[in-house]
Amino acid sequence: MIVFDRVSKRYANGREALTNVSFSIHNGEMVFLTGRSGAGKSTVLKLIALLERPTRGAVLVQGRNTQSLKARHIAAFRRGIGVVFQDHKLLADRPVYDNVALPLAVAATPLKEIDKRVRAALDQVGLLGKERALPLELSVGEQQRVGIARAVVSKPPLLIADEPTGNLDPDLSLEVMRLFRRFQDVGVTVVVATHDLHIVREFGERVITLENGALQGDPGDTLPSVVATR
Amino acid sequence: MSVGVASGRHLQALLGSLGRLIRSPLASFLTLLVIALALALPAALKLFVTNAQAATGNFASAVDVSVYLKTDVPLAKAQQLTQAAQQRPDVATVTLISADKGLEDFRTYSGFGDALAALKENPLPHVLHVRPRAAASSAAGLDSLRRYFAAWPEVDLVQVDSEWVMRFNAILEVLQRLLIIAAVLLGIGVLAIIGNTIRLEIQARRAEIEVTKLVGGSNAFVRRPFLYTGVLYGLGGALLAWGILTVVVLVLRDSVATLARLYGSRYLLEGLTPDDIGVLLGVGLVLGWLGAWIAAARHLRSIEPRA
Repeated sequence: MIVFDRVSKRYANGREALTNVSFSIHNGEMVFLTGRSGAGKSTVLKLIALLERPTRGAVLVQGRNTQSLKARHIAAFRRGIGVVFQDHKLLADRPVYDNVALPLAVAATPLKEIDKRVRAALDQVGLLGKERALPLELSVGEQQRVGIARAVVSKPPLLIADEPTGNLDPDLSLEVMRLFRRFQDVGVTVVVATHDLHIVREFGERVITLENGALQGDPGDTLPSVVATR
Repeated sequence: MSVGVASGRHLQALLGSLGRLIRSPLASFLTLLVIALALALPAALKLFVTNAQAATGNFASAVDVSVYLKTDVPLAKAQQLTQAAQQRPDVATVTLISADKGLEDFRTYSGFGDALAALKENPLPHVLHVRPRAAASSAAGLDSLRRYFAAWPEVDLVQVDSEWVMRFNAILEVLQRLLIIAAVLLGIGVLAIIGNTIRLEIQARRAEIEVTKLVGGSNAFVRRPFLYTGVLYGLGGALLAWGILTVVVLVLRDSVATLARLYGSRYLLEGLTPDDIGVLLGVGLVLGWLGAWIAAARHLRSIEPRA
């Protein structure tokens, strides 16, 4: 599903965010990406969502090398990935319904189907009935769940989340993580970047730890040979 | 994507763009007004030129070229020359007024009949009255006719009547060129206005564009509402220009009719023809689309999502 093969990433300002990182994540897995702030967690997620491209090495997502993906195929590529952000990235001037419907609208889904799926997604995150509300009228936890509903509404096979519990109290954090677990239960690959080790221990899923842009310890899974011999 | 779904998307984008224009009515109206004035100016010039041409159409066809032959040219030769003149493609009719006929007319109309009776012989030459075709009634056309006849050895004098019509036609030609220049310059102006308006809107909606691209919106999807906004501005400006010109024609109609009456004409000011309106709306639409497209192509690509 996701393969990082000796990936390094140096930003334009000269900061080396990742150094020679290799790991792989299988279909249907739920993986926690941990490490201190600035360890490179966000960079890993950006490389997966093709918000950045690696400086060296290869990133394969769903069998495709992100390096060789042409600009006009990026949009379609991103439609296969649900992304949850710490700051939600909701459109403040649009009601909840429009925010959640956006990934379906860009994929030219029929309106009837959009309506059905938006309600289903809001139901999954427990926000049915808040369709007409504006994001700022909701609590922080509710806003985060709107962001999650938007990430899963198009039923992407891959869900990535960057510090989704960063602004939430422990109870809400657990609730959000259980939500992610439920998506994993129906076959979605879930990658969650978090520095909340308490939650990581609670869930007992595989953990990939980064420190100063390098993998720490055993990533828990070796590279498939096909990639290692490239 | 089925046709139904695709047109649904477009309708949605169109309504969304329309909604945004309506939500800031004053700003939208001012932009529309500027576009309308830029479109109305060349259209008004076009109206002026067509009206001037139509109003003077009767005079223009009355432009005659009088070719005075030398007095020693015999009548048979004059008839021969009439035939020759008739062959030219830019000549509509040639009337030969023989010296005798000329004298008779003069005797009848001038009131000097008795004085003429004292003359031993007819002092008048044969005259060819040449009426050019409408297409050759321009200043240049008349001048070439004048030079053509002046070159004949039998010709004493060529006189182009109604020189003022020639001058007027020359002025119209200048105006017509001016019209084209104004139309091109103001068209570029409309492109710039719409392009700048779209650029500002793209900047204002930067966050939305980023998120849309983040969830997999293609460049075409992101561009679409801006193209519709541009088309709405262009088309709206053209409609407003049409309205402005209609009012202008209504206001001027009476005074033009009065002016025409003083010149003994029943001329009525003509408004825009359906063809003119079609061109105006079409130009507005195309300029709006193009202006938005240029702005979108330049500014949308630079907006990429950042996490």
